[in-house]
Amino acid sequence: MSMPTTIPQPVERENYLNKEYGVWSWLLTTDHKRIALLYLVSITFFFFVGGFFALLMRLELLTPAGDLVQADTYNKLFTMHGMIMVFFFLIPSIPAVLGNFLVPLMVGARDLAFPRINLLSWYLYIIGGVMMMHCMLTGGVDTGWTFYAPFSTNFTNTKIVEAGLAIFVAGFSSILTGLNFVVTIHRMRAPGMTWSRLPLFIWAHYATSIIQLLGTPVIAVTIVLVAAERALHLGIFDPKLGGDPVLFQHLFWFYSHPAVYIMILPAMGVVTEIIACFSRKRIFGYSFVAFSSIAIAVFGFLVWAHHMFVAGISIYSALVFSFLSYAVAVPSAIKVFNWTATLYKGSIHYDAPMLYAFGFLGLFTMGGLTGLFLAALGINVHVTDTYFIVAHFHYIMVGGAVMGYLGGMHFWWPKISGRLYPEGWARLAALIVFIGFNLTFFPQFLLGYMGMPRRYYDYSHMPEFQVLNVLSTAGATVLGVGYLLPMVYFLWSMRYGKPASDNPWNAAGLEWKTASPPPTFNFDEEPVVTWEAYNYEELDAPHKREVPVAR
Amino acid sequence: MPDSTLVGLHHEEQHHPELLHHFAEPQQQRDAASLGMWVFLATEVMFFGGLFCAYLIYRRWYFGDFGAASKTLNATLGATNTAVLICSSLTVVLAVWAAKTARRTLLLVSLGITLLLGLAFLGIKGVEYKDKFVEHHVPGASFSFDKVPLPGHPGQYANPRHAQIFFSLYFIMTGLHALHMIIGLGLFLWLLIMAWKGRFTPEYNTPVEIGGLYWHFVDIIWIYLFPLLYLIDRHP
Ligand code: HEM
Ligand SMILES: [Cu+2]
Repeated sequence: MSMPTTIPQPVERENYLNKEYGVWSWLLTTDHKRIALLYLVSITFFFFVGGFFALLMRLELLTPAGDLVQADTYNKLFTMHGMIMVFFFLIPSIPAVLGNFLVPLMVGARDLAFPRINLLSWYLYIIGGVMMMHCMLTGGVDTGWTFYAPFSTNFTNTKIVEAGLAIFVAGFSSILTGLNFVVTIHRMRAPGMTWSRLPLFIWAHYATSIIQLLGTPVIAVTIVLVAAERALHLGIFDPKLGGDPVLFQHLFWFYSHPAVYIMILPAMGVVTEIIACFSRKRIFGYSFVAFSSIAIAVFGFLVWAHHMFVAGISIYSALVFSFLSYAVAVPSAIKVFNWTATLYKGSIHYDAPMLYAFGFLGLFTMGGLTGLFLAALGINVHVTDTYFIVAHFHYIMVGGAVMGYLGGMHFWWPKISGRLYPEGWARLAALIVFIGFNLTFFPQFLLGYMGMPRRYYDYSHMPEFQVLNVLSTAGATVLGVGYLLPMVYFLWSMRYGKPASDNPWNAAGLEWKTASPPPTFNFDEEPVVTWEAYNYEELDAPHKREVPVAR
Repeated sequence: MPDSTLVGLHHEEQHHPELLHHFAEPQQQRDAASLGMWVFLATEVMFFGGLFCAYLIYRRWYFGDFGAASKTLNATLGATNTAVLICSSLTVVLAVWAAKTARRTLLLVSLGITLLLGLAFLGIKGVEYKDKFVEHHVPGASFSFDKVPLPGHPGQYANPRHAQIFFSLYFIMTGLHALHMIIGLGLFLWLLIMAWKGRFTPEYNTPVEIGGLYWHFVDIIWIYLFPLLYLIDRHP
């Protein structure tokens, strides 16, 4: 990243970034683009906190003996890692950053329907985050991110109520984001922007919002029950008092399974946009991709008990849930086939966002296929609670969702910042992330299949597991570098990057028809849509590397 | 009933003073607000849904004990409260209609009565809670439910642990409902103040409308809670 001798200055015009300066103009903003950036900064912080815990765990697992940390600490490490990564990084990641920024732009609106509620959602997130950090610094929680009863309600002496409240508050922030998106997509579309002209990113966010709206309240009320049970020993989840701990698991997974679709659906939306743009083709089977998002949201609510096959549910309900879990794979597979068909005979450009999209395709497919293994009762009983599970969900959540998030950040960075990121570095980072990821998590499939249990800090009875664990830790280091790189060059490009034109990729979509960065109210005049989505046949190939002249 | 206090509050463009900058027209703003409230109510349904689900499971498991526990609730007060809330729904409907048809006095009176009915509900609820407290039916260390006959099983007694689950659900469900009532009261107080200042006109009355939606929803929750909690296994 050598510094260019003359720093090109963009022709300054008023946009959402330079309209006002000063802390309050950010902290009290109701502009969805600024709120997106507030979220960007906050979730990045939590990503590194969660990542730090992951790194400590990987270091512990470098040797079979439990030497770096003790069992208690390790329990807290994976719990805080899971809680922070799920509730404070991944769930808000694409929706609250890219979605917040792009939903109004893509539908041709001046803002989200409820700008002040949007700001409120960020504040709730921050309050939840501060509570989570406070809980963490004063002792943390050791139950696992799943805080299963009755351990969480009767036995652990860690700060389960505070962590629960933090998640409760952050949950409301997520509900408010979903609410804003649903109303905006229904009510704020520009003239001519019919449902079938909406970018598939919007359909994906619509489906995500449905899950956020209908799932999150259930985890909220579950937390209320856990807190009450813990304070008063009501017996709702305590078998000694006639309660049912399995009920806790039902309530927990009723939210937390759909929640994995909150994490992956937006990434699918991002990847759809990227693949269409860099294949220069209309997306294959638009309506199939659109409705598969909705189908995932709906069927995603019907499979939760596949996390409970060994929790004592009846064999008949296990069979039904196993079958439904296979069924929910169908819409995901439809998407993968449609992306592949879009690539077929496309004129493919290997820019960094596309590399991330390719990474997503491969890793998501791996995660999804191993998910089918897990939906099969027999295999599930063998590998449940082993590293096979850990590998599976990290392939979806890190390999799929984080790849999608990074791809989207690169794709829309010129729009967000008005600058181009350094393409060479970005491609290198994409490659490093892909290699590091597989090195970290592929060995865990093998470990799990061989029987290494998850949530163990010590495997000295099985020293032969060490080789694969060392590989995994080495991979984590590579992965860490891959994640730090984009942060560095994005920051760098904010100052030194080449100014971006309004549409550096020559992409379809309304967001590219306004300035980069956009003005506060997004469009200088209200857009009227007269064309179909993804009309790439009518657009030229990307000309991003030209330095644009004055606009 | 255009209001002079609002002149000057608004910016350059000459659209309706309450139209926010990012909406194209008042109709769009109204539609967005009411859709927003409906969607929010859907999340509320799920919020209470988890509790109803827990309730139904335990009620099926421990029907007799739930029946015995339910009989200790004061059905007369519960029924009175149901009536109170149904009346308040009527006054809310009147308020919405009054706002749409520019009937200022009716609007103020209906909002005021709604507030009073809401307070009455909470007062009665408080009396019921106090009774439960006195009877040691509040779950926790002091809970006791000894030697309470099991309905339909002469000579047998209800299991206090299972009764405690009933009362836990009773307090959590009615407590969360009461919390929603309190929020509703705050909302209606605000509406009353706004109405007093003359903010609502036939063109602009969305707050009354969506406030009303919320109020009706909270009523409906109670309409389910009342029979489920008070009327288990009661015979005349
Ligand atoms: C968005 C990113 C991520 C998410 C959402 C995520 C989520 C999770 C969750 C939910 C758990 C389970 C915690 C529990 O058992 O209660 C977990 C465990 C773990 N994760 Fe992550 N994770 C992410 C990134 C990473 C990365 C980048 C690494 C590796 C460097 C990593 C390494 C681990 C390890 C070592 C465990 C503990 C496994 C065990 O002992 O059972 N995670 N993660
Ligand atoms: Cu699942």
